[in-house]
Amino acid sequence: MASPADMTLAQLRDALKKKEVSSREATDAYLTRIEKADALNAFVEVTADKARAMADASDARLGKGEGGALEGVPLGIKDIFCTEGVQTTAGSRMLEGFVPTYESTVTSQLWRDGAVMLGKLNMDEFAMGSSNETSYFGPVVNPCRRNDGSNAALTPGGSSGGSSAATAARLCAAATGTDTGGSIRQPASVTGTVGVKPTYGRCSRWGIVAFASSLDQAGPIAQDVRDAAILLRSMAGHDPKDSTSVDRPVPDYEAAIGGSIKGLKIGVPKEYRLDGMPEEIETLWSKGVQWMKDAGAEVVDISLPLTKYALPVYYIVAPAEASSNLARYDGVKYGHRAKEFTDITSLYENTRAEGFGDEVKRRVLIGAYVLSAGYYDAYYLRAQKVRKKIYDEFVEAFKSVDLILTPSTPSAAFGLGEKMADPVQMYLNDVFTVTGNLAGLPGGSVPAGLDASGLPLGLQLLARPFDEETLFKGLAALEAAAGPQGRPDDWWAA
Amino acid sequence: MSVDKETVRKVAHLARIAMPEERLEPLAGELSAILDWIEQLNEVDIEGVEAMASTVDVALPMRADETADGPTGGGQPDNIVRNAPKTEDHFFVVPKVVE
Repeated sequence: MASPADMTLAQLRDALKKKEVSSREATDAYLTRIEKADALNAFVEVTADKARAMADASDARLGKGEGGALEGVPLGIKDIFCTEGVQTTAGSRMLEGFVPTYESTVTSQLWRDGAVMLGKLNMDEFAMGSSNETSYFGPVVNPCRRNDGSNAALTPGGSSGGSSAATAARLCAAATGTDTGGSIRQPASVTGTVGVKPTYGRCSRWGIVAFASSLDQAGPIAQDVRDAAILLRSMAGHDPKDSTSVDRPVPDYEAAIGGSIKGLKIGVPKEYRLDGMPEEIETLWSKGVQWMKDAGAEVVDISLPLTKYALPVYYIVAPAEASSNLARYDGVKYGHRAKEFTDITSLYENTRAEGFGDEVKRRVLIGAYVLSAGYYDAYYLRAQKVRKKIYDEFVEAFKSVDLILTPSTPSAAFGLGEKMADPVQMYLNDVFTVTGNLAGLPGGSVPAGLDASGLPLGLQLLARPFDEETLFKGLAALEAAAGPQGRPDDWWAA
Repeated sequence: MSVDKETVRKVAHLARIAMPEERLEPLAGELSAILDWIEQLNEVDIEGVEAMASTVDVALPMRADETADGPTGGGQPDNIVRNAPKTEDHFFVVPKVVE
C-alpha cells in the first residue's frame, strides 16, 4: 500500500475510516517527512507530541466506529491562527513566545471534526508579503524548482508560503491559510496546489491575528479541489464571536465536485490581459477557456474597466486597517517589550521599532499617513469609494455570468531576493487576486499547467458571494481538463 | 516626492515607531514611490459614490448585555495577563505616566 503521506486528504480520510491505515501511522509518516525537510523552512514550530496524542485519540474514536469529517487527518496550521497552548507568532518577532490561552474558531472546528495538528506554518510577517520573505523566521523555499539545473531557491508565494510549500512537499495532508489580497491563491498557484478563499464572512475571523479586517478571510490550501472542498466545509460556519461572520448554512462542498458545468456562463475579463505578461500565461488562459467550452460551458467576454485601480485601492485600505489593528502591539499586554526605554512613549516606540520588520513598518506608516488629518479624504475616503465602484462592477458582471476565469498570478515562482528591493513590483504579484478581496468574492486557484522551465502556473475562478459550490464545480472541471500535473521530487530530503 | 523626511518623522511618531535618523530619507523615498503609484486613483470619477467599509451588508448583530462564558467571558485574570511582559497582582506594569 502507498505511504499515507502519498495520499490525498480524501484518500487518507477514506483509508482511515476503513482502518486500512491508522492516524498514528499517517501522523508519523508526515512527522518523518517534516524532519527531513528543514531546507524548506515551512514550519515555525512542529508539535510532534501533540500530534501523536491527537492521532491516538482519533484512532480510539475510529476504532469505535466514531469520528468526524476529518477524523485522524494530519494538517498544517498557518501560524496566524491562535492555538491554545501553542506559540502563535504571525511570522513576527513581536509575537515570538506568545502562547494563546484560547483557540481560534476555525482551528477549533478542525479539531471538533477530528483533525490532527502537525504544527504551525511559516508565513510573511502579519501576512504582509507575497513571497514569504518578510517572515522573522526566514523565507520558506518552494519545493518546486526550475528544470534548468540551476537549483535556484524560489519563493513559495505569500503570505501563506509555509502552507503552500508544506502541502506541495506533502509535509501535511492539507493546510489552512488566510487571504487578504491573494495570500492563499497566489502561493497555491506558484506551488502547484489548490487554494480557495471563500466569501468574506464565510469563515470566522475570531482568533486569527488581524491584518486588514474588512479583507481577511481564512481558507484551505490543498492537494486537489476535492481536498479543498472537504477542508473548507469544516473551517466555515457562523460564529457569534465575529460580527462579520454570516449566518448561513454551510453546504457539502464536496458534493459539488464532478458536477457538470454544462450551460454555465463563464466570463473572461479583457482587463486581466496585462502588458508584459509572459506569453505562457496568456496561452494557459486560452487553454482554460477552451477547457470550459469543451465541458459545455458558455464563455463570454466581459469588461471590468476598474481592474487596474484595485491594487492602489488595496494599498490604501489594507495599510489603513493594519495601522489600526497593529496599534495593539504596545509592549504592555502581550508580545515583545523593548528593554531600553525612559517613559511610556519610548516604551511604545522602541518596542514597535524592534518588534516589527521593514515591510510591516512601511505599511503601518502608509496607513498612519493616509488616515492622518488632511489626507483622510484624499486617500482613504477616495479609496473606499473606488472600492464601491469595483464591487458594483462585479455585481453587474455576475448578472450575466456564473464564474469569472482569469490567470492566478502574473508570473511563475520567482527567485528569493529578486523582488524585495522594490515594494511596488512585489505588490503586483496580487494583481489578479486582490479584486476578489475588495469585492468579498469567493475565488480559487487550481494548477493548470507548467511554464517552459517546468514551474506550475494556476488559473483562477471567481464566483458570486456565497456561491462556493459553483466555484468548486468550476475548479474541478478545470482540474480534470488540465490532468495530473506531477509533484516535485524530494530533493530537499537530507 | 509626495512625502519628505519631516513627514516621515511625524508619521513614525504618530505610529509610535522609533525611527533612526538615517532611515528617514530612504523611507521618504519608499513611501513616496508607493503613494505616487496610488495617485492614479485620482483618475476615477467618484462623484456621488458612497464609501464602502465592508462587503457584508448586514447590521451589526445585537446580543444580551451579560457576561459571556468561555474565552470572551470574565473571571479569568490569569489568562488575561499570562502573556504580558511585566505584571504584578494581575495588573500590567508600565512606566510612570502621571506625575
